[in-house]
Amino acid sequence: MINLIYLTVLLPLIGFLFNGLFGSKIKNEKVIGIIGSSTVGIAFLVTLLAFLETLNLPVENRSNTVELFTWLNVAGLNIKFAYLVDQLSLTMSLIVTGVGFLIHVYSIGYMHGDKGFWRFFSYLNLFIFAMMNLVLGDNFVVLFLGWEGVGLCSYLLIGFWYDRKFEKGTVPEAAKKAFVVNRIGDFGFLLGMFLIYYTFDSLNFSEVFNKAASFPVSEATFGMIAIFLFIGATGKSAQIPLFVWLPDAMAGPTPVSALIHAATMVTAGVYMVSRAAIIFVSAPTVMMVVAVIGLLTALMAATIGLVQNDIKKVLAYSTVSQLGYMFLAAGVGAFSASIFHVMTHAFFKALLFLGAGSVIHGMHNEQNIQRYGGLKKYMPRTYATFFVATLAITGIPGLSGFFSKDEILWYSYANGGFIFWFIGVLTAMMTAFYMFRLLSLTFYGKERFDHHHVHPHESSSVMTVPLIILAVLSVIGGYIGIPEVFSGEHGNQFHNWLEPVYAPAIAKLKTFGSHTHLEEILLMVVSVALALSAIHFAIKVYTKKPSIAENIAGRFKSIYNLLLNKYFVDEIYEAAIIQPIQKGSEKVLWKFTDNIIIDGAVNGVAKLIDTGSGFIRKIQNGVAQFYALIMMVGIAVVLLWVILTL
Amino acid sequence: MEQNLLLTYLLFTPIVGSVLVLFFKKEQIKIVRWFGLFISLVAFIISLLVYFNFDSTKSEFQFIHQVIWISSLNVSYNVGVDGISLLLVLLTTFLTPLTFLSTWNSIEKNIKMFTFSMLFLEAGMLGVFISLDIFLFYIFWEAMLIPMYFIIGIWGGEKRIYASIKFFIYTMVGSLLMLVAIIWLAVYASDITGKFTTNLLELYKVGPTIPHQIQEWMFGAFFLSFAIKVPLFPLHTWLPDAHVEAPTAGSVILAGVLLKMGTYGILRYCLPLFPQSAINFAPLISVLAIIGIIYGALVSMVQTDMKKLVAYSSVSHLGFVVLGTFAMTVEAVQGAVIQMINHGLSTGALFLLVGMIYERTHRRDIAYYGGIARIVPLYSVALMIASLSSVGLPGLNGFIGEFLILLGTFKSPVLNSWWYTAFAATGVIFAAVYLLWMYQRVVFGEVKNPELQKQLTDLTTREYIVLIPIFIFIVWIGIYPGTFLDLTDLSTKSILQQVSTFTFDLFK
Repeated sequence: MINLIYLTVLLPLIGFLFNGLFGSKIKNEKVIGIIGSSTVGIAFLVTLLAFLETLNLPVENRSNTVELFTWLNVAGLNIKFAYLVDQLSLTMSLIVTGVGFLIHVYSIGYMHGDKGFWRFFSYLNLFIFAMMNLVLGDNFVVLFLGWEGVGLCSYLLIGFWYDRKFEKGTVPEAAKKAFVVNRIGDFGFLLGMFLIYYTFDSLNFSEVFNKAASFPVSEATFGMIAIFLFIGATGKSAQIPLFVWLPDAMAGPTPVSALIHAATMVTAGVYMVSRAAIIFVSAPTVMMVVAVIGLLTALMAATIGLVQNDIKKVLAYSTVSQLGYMFLAAGVGAFSASIFHVMTHAFFKALLFLGAGSVIHGMHNEQNIQRYGGLKKYMPRTYATFFVATLAITGIPGLSGFFSKDEILWYSYANGGFIFWFIGVLTAMMTAFYMFRLLSLTFYGKERFDHHHVHPHESSSVMTVPLIILAVLSVIGGYIGIPEVFSGEHGNQFHNWLEPVYAPAIAKLKTFGSHTHLEEILLMVVSVALALSAIHFAIKVYTKKPSIAENIAGRFKSIYNLLLNKYFVDEIYEAAIIQPIQKGSEKVLWKFTDNIIIDGAVNGVAKLIDTGSGFIRKIQNGVAQFYALIMMVGIAVVLLWVILTL
Repeated sequence: MEQNLLLTYLLFTPIVGSVLVLFFKKEQIKIVRWFGLFISLVAFIISLLVYFNFDSTKSEFQFIHQVIWISSLNVSYNVGVDGISLLLVLLTTFLTPLTFLSTWNSIEKNIKMFTFSMLFLEAGMLGVFISLDIFLFYIFWEAMLIPMYFIIGIWGGEKRIYASIKFFIYTMVGSLLMLVAIIWLAVYASDITGKFTTNLLELYKVGPTIPHQIQEWMFGAFFLSFAIKVPLFPLHTWLPDAHVEAPTAGSVILAGVLLKMGTYGILRYCLPLFPQSAINFAPLISVLAIIGIIYGALVSMVQTDMKKLVAYSSVSHLGFVVLGTFAMTVEAVQGAVIQMINHGLSTGALFLLVGMIYERTHRRDIAYYGGIARIVPLYSVALMIASLSSVGLPGLNGFIGEFLILLGTFKSPVLNSWWYTAFAATGVIFAAVYLLWMYQRVVFGEVKNPELQKQLTDLTTREYIVLIPIFIFIVWIGIYPGTFLDLTDLSTKSILQQVSTFTFDLFK
């Protein structure tokens, strides 16, 4: 099955072409939905079989390349369309196709009746196609093909309802913002690739990474490459300073938010950093930058999440925050922990978004959590699964989120230092608070919606079954990565599986200090205790005494407004970057430089010649007497000159 | 030497065709249209024969046909192709029939004269690409101005006279200096080798031996002429006017092929004839190219007229081609050549699409539109594909060119600094801004003008026939560019070989 891995790319492509070309004529939602979902479902099965096959191979043979054809062959540059099937790409592929399949199925219910049903499924398939190229590509260029491809799909799907309004602007504006901000990141990625090619004379993963491990390349060069690649990652994975597009991406249909803007695409940056681990660990300064940016993003997004009222906005900022954790992990050298969190986060965050979608569906497209309340009894299955996901993201022991988040916190303490751990735990507390605020305002307490117009109802089973499956995964998903403290001699299974991919990088990383198990358990207890207290507080405030929340908001009005308006980052960017460029281009470049200076010069020369000729023309007036006069004057002048010079 | 007449047949097909058009009656509009299309298709088929018989494992010129023309001056009719010119010949013969199809209904006025001009133009463009005699080249270079002048001046928009004169004068200024340089070069050759010659292959041996100071003037005279045609910043202001006023067919040919004559000229004449000066001027010209990339994109962003927006985007895209050419690495020059083709396809498609919608509404201002996705979904898809190709999305053609150019520029020993690439790559961001912004304002949103409902109809079969061949190549180059890159591989290398042989000392 490893050799057939290209099917996981090809099938979604066929699905895209089929639904894209014939979807509008088929009109039958069942046919479209089944074709769209089954291509991804089969891709998942192929990936699963390839995974099992790889698992049976001895560790040293677990990295295989499947070559298709030569893409670009110019001078020294030889880029093949080839897929790398190894532990890391298989893990990512399983997440993408597995979670992707569930979301496809869910969409059959969620998008029911939409005019663009066929369009939606063809875009979703195109997304899976691009995403699989991204995770499977065996060189930077194929990765980049997928990287830009998922960006395009994100653009198309955010702008899916292209004639609707979104917040202060329109849906297409949100879509364009996503694409352009991503392109800023891609600019960095491109430069990173060029510098890699310049330094290592190749863009192929195995060649570049082997050379990176053995070549005497300066730390400064590694630093430049790593920082450029990281700029790319901040775009795709919504980190400071390029995170602004993700909250707006919520303009897209909710399954899109779940698939692209939570579970898969936004983790592409994390994947890329972890794929290029050897380059990053060779530049310790950049590693520090990655960790700090991750940490700050996690903290900042969590603070914004505390006060948002749109159910999808809360989840969006939560995603930004969780992605920050993943970069924190990568930055302190815990690459497998970051991928572990990618996986568990895919489960519970996809579940949260799909649950939110189910709520929005049942509440007639209302997204403001202040107008929910008491929905538990109307939507029992949605509630139960949402509850599980909330526990998982909060890091309640025994659920998947606990294992992955705890591992990140532990490594940030062990490799980063106390302050890293402390901010990480602070963020975890806030996460617990805003998630339970969301849960309470939605499912508990008083019913705050208008009963005449809104009749909450549970969604159909095509939507709830994927929720249940994801809920199960959110619970058990963490057990493949039980930390060494508990699992004893076998160690962390997930870590062992991925370890060969990172072995050269880890060998270069020397910052691992030695710490006792007691320390680890102690920190774990502290973080869990803090999260529990935050939960307790949130439930108390938002189900029993909402007045407390209002009081606090009233007393710290300026801070509250700052958070509610997301630190005014969008406004600052608009005023400091977008407006000057736009106004400058229009007023200075076009209307002044082009129209006045350059055209002025061109037309001025023409004018000059025109007037000059007009003047000379007057001499040619056709009057014989005038010519005779001029001739006489000429002769006189010549004579005079001859006489004078004699 | 063995003569091969295939290129001569190719060149004379549109010439003979254009003369024959004159014998039709004015009323036979339909027949004239079909005849024009037929002739351009014959030319396309002949160019395909050239392609299939071309041997890409040889670096020298092929299909050479040489006949002494003016024996006293040693001027000959001398044509031949290498991979680069062949690719541009194919682009020309491929686009011409499509432009005939695209104007099927829109051009009513004096169709006879129009068909004559288009065929004459095709012959001129083919002549420029296949000439191996610098005198012959100059004749085609100038001859081609005339039909273009008429196409803009007769079938153009409101300000067509201003635009056509501006176009004419701009290009004439450059050409005159080139003529002086050509004569000087031929005279110099007679001093050195003892015989007056305009044979390009002979001049390749002579040019690099010109004393540096004079060579720089020669380079400048040639380059100015080409730079105006490209157009390179700050010589670009004729382009937006010419594009906006020209009819769709004119814009497509102008953007698709005519501009490439500038970049082709640089590659075929400036670099191999005056290698030392080319290297000396490379940093300066690259800076201008990069200014063009960013400037063109920024100005394009704030346009309110769709056609002008696409026109300014050409300034940006061709900046990439010039940059790649002067980076003088195999990757960059290969990228520049493929980018010439890419620009012809994607900008050609954009002009065609703008033209199609203009035919229906007679409006080009972006503000008039909005929400047309609901009314003309298939048109919207086509516009999306063309825009994405222009944006340089991987998997489509634009990416291949830009990627190779930027990559090759990065490692260029001539420019020797990666700031060039860093600045040029910002064009990647801006391209997304101006095209997607236009797309958003035209296609997305709610239907703004109720009139649009009545005016707009989706693509017709004829329009499909025009667009689909272009889209096939947009995807083909994006996924399997080898077909085209292999063709130009050796030709590129031999130009760079010529440059490096004579400038070896400069690199030390």
